[in-house]
Amino acid sequence: MSKIRIVFDRVRAEEKMLKEKAIELGHDTKMIDAKITRLSTESKRSDFDFGDVVLERCVSYFRGLHFTACLEFLDIPVINKFEVANICGNKIVTSLMLKKHNVPTPRTYFSFSSETALENLEKVGYPMVIKPVVGSWGRGVVLLKDRDTADAIIEVRELSDGPLDRIYYLQELVKRPSRDIRVIVVGDQVVAAMYRTSSGSFKTNIALGAEPIACEITKELEDISLRASKAVGGGILGVDLMEDETRGLVVHEINNTVEFKGLSRVSKKNIPKEMIDFAVKSAIK
Amino acid sequence: MNCPECDATLKIPDDAGVGEIISCPDCGADFEIVQKNGSTCQLKHAEKVGEDWGE
Repeated sequence: MSKIRIVFDRVRAEEKMLKEKAIELGHDTKMIDAKITRLSTESKRSDFDFGDVVLERCVSYFRGLHFTACLEFLDIPVINKFEVANICGNKIVTSLMLKKHNVPTPRTYFSFSSETALENLEKVGYPMVIKPVVGSWGRGVVLLKDRDTADAIIEVRELSDGPLDRIYYLQELVKRPSRDIRVIVVGDQVVAAMYRTSSGSFKTNIALGAEPIACEITKELEDISLRASKAVGGGILGVDLMEDETRGLVVHEINNTVEFKGLSRVSKKNIPKEMIDFAVKSAIK
Repeated sequence: MNCPECDATLKIPDDAGVGEIISCPDCGADFEIVQKNGSTCQLKHAEKVGEDWGE
């Protein structure tokens, strides 16, 4: 039996599933609300009950990231590690790590001012997809079909005061079927995969209503997903892939606090069980 | 219990726990359960969805 702690800021279906499964497997399980936890440079592990291993499951990326830093300061094993969360939460860093490790990924262009973003667009050509460097659920992902759309989106970005709005992430529009693939990797295993089919838009996020359909885990899918996971440091990850007409599978995103409510409806394996078993292996012995 | 915003009756499921979000069916306000003792809950306004929210 291990002491498993689930750090949250908002309890979703996933956190409930993890908690219930951990209890069912006989582990000492507690939920810890990050929002009401106070930590400091003077904190000691004995001041808290962070158990043998923590699953960091905050819905706020930055809250979870910084909480993880504090937990690692206290030498508590956290899934996922700070470095993994840091890479996966930032689309530029993720793209760079995928490319560096020879994992097929869409061609992506980075600009650090609105002027060079437009230059990139004019040079590479339309259409392209603009994505926020940090963000999820498909929010802020816009298809730039022409210069007029690009001008409008960039102007809106310029008017906002978010520091990350000055950083432009522009990605080729991959020629693919109107679906993508979500794979859940736990450690060195692919545990589940699904197609997410768009409901009209070019976006395929479950959060936007995309329908989950079971996807066969082929050798190719398994291989590329494991390589992608390794490229960012591994752990419990949601790898998103597209089926490019000419290049085959390309990885476009890796999710650090993967949601699996949709996928668990079509998965043969019990996803929360796989996650808890992995956490136990990472726990302080 | 009643909605702190509009006083409508809130039906909180028995299996709802701390950290879960309850939406008022009348005014649509979202509340987070911060404490639960049997059928008595303490609620606070739920945080707005942040730019960095997601997976």
